[in-house]
Parts: sequence; structure tokens; C-alpha cells
Amino acid sequence: MARKLLLDKAHIENIRYYDVYRANGGYAAAEKVFKGMSPEQVVEEVKKSGLRGRGGAGFPTGLKWSFLAKPEGVPRYLVCNADESEPGTFKDRYLMEFLPHLLIEGLLISSFALGAHRTYIYIRGEYAWIPDILEEAIEEAKRNNWLGKNIQGTGYDLEIYVQRGAGAYICGEETALIESLEGKRGNPRIKPPFPAVKGLWESPTVVNNVETLAAVVPIINIGGEEYAKIGIGKSTGTKLISACGNINKPGVYEIGMDISVEEFIYSDEYCGGIANGKRLKACIPGGSSVPILPANLLLKTAKGEPRMMTYEGLNDGGFVTGSMLGSGGFIVLDEDQCVVRNTLTLARFYHHESCGQCSPCREGTGWMKRVLNNIENGKGKMSDIDLLWDIQRKIEGNTICPLGDAAAWPIAAAIRHFRDEFEWHVLNPEECLKRNYGLAHYADPLPVPAAVAAAV
Amino acid sequence: MAVQFSEEKLNKVKEIIARYPEGKHKSALIPVLHLAQESFGGWLSAETMDYVASLLQITPIEVYEVATFYSMFNMQPVGKYLFEVCQTGPCMISGSDQIIDYIKKKLGIGVGETTADGLFTLKTVECLGACGYAPMMQLGKHFREHLTPEKVDAIIEECRAKAN
Ligand SMILES: Cc1cc2nc3c(=O)[nH]c(=O)nc-3n(C[C@H](O)[C@H](O)[C@H](O)COP(=O)(O)O)c2cc1C
Ligand code: SF4
Ligand code: FES
Repeated sequence: MARKLLLDKAHIENIRYYDVYRANGGYAAAEKVFKGMSPEQVVEEVKKSGLRGRGGAGFPTGLKWSFLAKPEGVPRYLVCNADESEPGTFKDRYLMEFLPHLLIEGLLISSFALGAHRTYIYIRGEYAWIPDILEEAIEEAKRNNWLGKNIQGTGYDLEIYVQRGAGAYICGEETALIESLEGKRGNPRIKPPFPAVKGLWESPTVVNNVETLAAVVPIINIGGEEYAKIGIGKSTGTKLISACGNINKPGVYEIGMDISVEEFIYSDEYCGGIANGKRLKACIPGGSSVPILPANLLLKTAKGEPRMMTYEGLNDGGFVTGSMLGSGGFIVLDEDQCVVRNTLTLARFYHHESCGQCSPCREGTGWMKRVLNNIENGKGKMSDIDLLWDIQRKIEGNTICPLGDAAAWPIAAAIRHFRDEFEWHVLNPEECLKRNYGLAHYADPLPVPAAVAAAV
Repeated sequence: MAVQFSEEKLNKVKEIIARYPEGKHKSALIPVLHLAQESFGGWLSAETMDYVASLLQITPIEVYEVATFYSMFNMQPVGKYLFEVCQTGPCMISGSDQIIDYIKKKLGIGVGETTADGLFTLKTVECLGACGYAPMMQLGKHFREHLTPEKVDAIIEECRAKAN
């Protein structure tokens, strides 16, 4: 069994409530901090742990915290990003629903480290029942003097508030989130200035993901160095993976970042293999924005080595033969699935979620959706495939925020690895309405096509 | 129906405004719009939005531009029960297309339409963060997951019983 640091107590009945959480070692990390650590020491511990942001980008958390500007007399804010809207991702929901005090303890320690006295949890509006759970836990924490004024007699004050969004993926992007929290449309801001200098209400602000902030608790408990011993290289500690699609056991798993993708998919401890005795066709391993990989490249890198469930492992081969760990949204497609249709749903998603500020993103996502819709419905031309390639190239890198890239990458990867499936749709306009293309040569255990391997 | 919060809801508005520093009450807009939509028929009429603007002492346009940006705010009346079925990739590969077709047939309406009795509206939405429990839909405050035709039947019956 892998070491669990976040979900180790998730199975305990009523762990949602303060008394049970406390009786099982809860708030011990906060106690440790208040009994003798300075804010700088907490930041140092997080740096030592090697923790990287769990929201998708994987930026080192300790480093991010050290960038926070500290002008005299200006409040600083911590905002917890619980917008969780990346297709395939549902891990933060699990943490908040079942272990709300773990998040609150993490927020308390992190707020103390950053010198924040008002902290907001920005949660996607559709998780409409979770604010009640969080607010109840906040009340409990307050009654036990872990929040409010003069916490545990230290003189430190902190309030945590829950803010609901109202349905907009873009509000997960940190500057759009800040705009939304200020009561505006979720239009991303041009950076610089970065939130660390000018964020919420023009004050220095740190935005971190739910899982990142929860991970601060075990880091303090076991120490940064001990945490860094788990995992491989710069992928330290444990990571929550939300697994979905055509597997036997969809759900949220905590992995040590030292296992292979093959073990994650096929072992009974995790996904339990492909459902209904089917074969694995493809996988989007880190949420909808990351490149899709065919089975052969998913299980082994282009060099033929086992692919590992780490930031570097999933990225091995770059965008030519690799993907990304992203948010940990692990989407598995079996042999019956249509890559064109799947790509179409993602193009529609990004078109729907584009805030509309930049024309390459606003117009490009709409085009890609329409062209894909034609191909999927047997009305495509061969030149449409190149057109799609061309549009995604024109979006990437030409926008205010990374949503444009996130919309472009899945399409580029689908064409790169599954071009013959797109061509088959064009060449068989009637048949493609009745059946799917199937596996072709993508499935495990066939080797990596020579052309791809040579390109690396 | 005159648009006016009850005493209790007005207190709730005050409580929301108190979450922000002095002078930053515009931040209360989205939470108060949620409260307004819940209180005034499940959608935001111009009258409702103007009322919210006056409560928060901001201009009506500041409310309209926000209300129209977010997909959870309904700009038109909807049925008493709003079925919001997710259709994004992970749900699609787990059978959401079939569930949407089944609901359409069962209720005799298309996507975006409301049944003649005003009870049900069908909407398709993008990923709701329940991909591992697909197919799924949002119904009011909660998610209904692992949907099958039988489960859809039961949900429709449950709503009809509640409406009576
Ligand atoms: C379009 C878009 C959507 C995003 N959605 C989320 C999200 O739902 N949750 C999240 O934590 N980060 C999301 N991010 C990343 C945030 O901008 C930010 O990097 C993150 O919250 C930082 O936290 P971390 O360092 O702890 O990962 C998104 C980014 C983009 C560009
Ligand atoms: S890239 Fe898209 S979502 Fe991001 S700011 Fe531009 S239009 Fe908005
Ligand atoms: S794709 Fe439907 S809930 Fe995520």
C-alpha cells in the first residue's frame, strides 16, 4: 500500500466533524506551528518539501509564497482556488466534502505563513451543497478558537469565508477568479502585475489550489524533508488523481509519485483495469487541457521505458510523444470510443468557456468546434484536418490567458496521434455515423510507430 | 410579484456584505444574485436585477453584465425542475448521449425546452466535476449520478410527486 498523507483518515466515520478530526490527530500541525514556528519557518518547510501547485501548472508553492509583496500597512490575502472545472477533475470536491477540516487547517497554517487575516475559498457554483459543509466546519473551528480573534492565545486573527462562483470555467484562472471575487465578469487580467503584487482589491494575493493548501498539513506534521523523500526527482509527495472514463473503478485516489501509469490503470488498488474486458485505446492523463496519448505511448515512453505517474514522467517526450500531469484528471478511453467525438466535446467546452476577450480564442474555438462537428457528422473534407491544425496553431501563444493554449493542445494532440481516425471519418461519411473507428494500431502492447520514435 | 427580499433574506445580504472589507461590497454581487434567483422564481428578470443593483448601491449595468456572463444565472424563466445534464468528454464516453436522448423522449421536449405543464426544463451543460460518477445531472442543489433510464424515470416521478 502506498503511503497516504491526505486521504489516510478519509475512511473514518464522521471525520467531517471537528471532534472526530481532532481526536484523530487533526490540528496537530496548526498546534506545532503556533507553539514555536515563525511564518518564515513555515514557508521554509514548504520550500523544503518541494510541493508543487496541484491546480495544474505545478509551480513550486514555497517559491510562489516567497514572491508575495509585503508593503507596510497593506493587507495581504490568501485565496483558495476551489473552482475545479477542468473536465476529468473532481478531486478537490472529494477533499472538501469528506475532509473539510483538513482544508481549513491547511488554510490556517498557510494564511499565518503569508500574514493574511481574511482568506476566501472560491468554490464553483455548481458544488452548491459543499459551502454548507465548509461553513459548518468553519463554525466548529471558530468555536474551538482555531479561527477568529487571538487564535490559541497567539494574537493572530483569521477569518475564512466561502464564496460561490456561478458557472464559468475561466474563473479557475487566478486573475479571472480575483475579478469574479470582486463582483465582476471573469475576464482574466493582463499580467504583469502579478497577483503577488496586485491581486484582490489591488492588494498582494496568493491563489492556491485546494489540494496544495491541504498538503501543507502533512508537510508540517512530518517535516518538509520527510515529505520530499516520497516520489521521484522534482515530483515530491503524494498526488490526488481523479480517474474516470472506461475503467473498472472510477474515483479519487492518492498516489505516491513513484508508480507507473500501467500500475495505476491495471492494479486493483487503483483503477482496476479497463471496464467490460475491453482494451485500452487512449488516455488524457491530466485533465482535458493536456494532450491525449494513444495506449502505446501512454504506458511506455517513446524510448520504451515504463511511463511514470509524475510531472516529468507524463511530460517525457514533450508534446510530440508525451503529455502532462496537469490537474490529475485521468480520463481513460476504451476501444469503442471515438477520438473525433471526444475532441469535439472538448472543443465545444472551450468555446463555451472562452471569456471572449481575445479574438484568437473567441473565434478560433468556435471554428474548431464547427469544423470538428462537420468531420464527426460525415460532412468533413480532407483539407479540414489541416485547417484544424492551422487554427490551433494560431491560437496557441496569442492570447491573454492560457485558456487559449488549453483549447489548442487537445486538438493538436488528437490530430498528431489519431490522424488516420480523422481521415477515416472523411473517407467514410456514412459508416462513421453508424460505428466507431475502433483501435487501429494504437492499443497496447503494440510498439510505438517507428516514425514517431524517430521524431524524438 | 413585487421583488422584495424577506426580513430574513435581507439579514443574509447584510451578513454577505460583512465578509468583505469596508467599501468592497460589490463583491457581494454574485452571492446576492444566487439568493435572488432562488427567491424570485428561479431566474433573473430585469426587475430582479434592478432590485439587486439598488440593494448593493451599484448601477444596473454592473448587475446585467455579471448576470449574463455566468451560466448558472437564468436569463429566462425555466421549469420548476431543471435537468442539467453534463455532456462533456468524460460523461460522453460514459453514455451521456444516450441519457440525454432518453430524457428527450420521455419528456417529449428538446434541449433548452420546457414541458407544457411548466414542470421540467432540459438543459445540457459542460463538466460539473462528477466525471467519475457519470452519466450525471444537476437537479437543484444536488447532483444525480450514475444515471440509467430507470433512475431517470424515478427522478421524474419524484419531481411529479413533489409538485403535487
Ligand atoms: C483556464 C484555466 C482554468 C483553471 N482552473 C483552475 C481550477 O479550477 N483550479 C485550480 O486550482 N487552478 C486552476 N487553474 C490554475 C490557476 O490559474 C492557478 O495556477 C492555480 O490556482 C494556482 O494554484 P497552485 O499553485 O496551488 O496550483 C486554471 C488555469 C487556467 C488557465
Ligand atoms: S485566452 Fe480566451 S479565456 Fe483567456 S482571456 Fe483570452 S478570450 Fe478570455
Ligand atoms: S464530464 Fe461530466 S461531470 Fe465531468
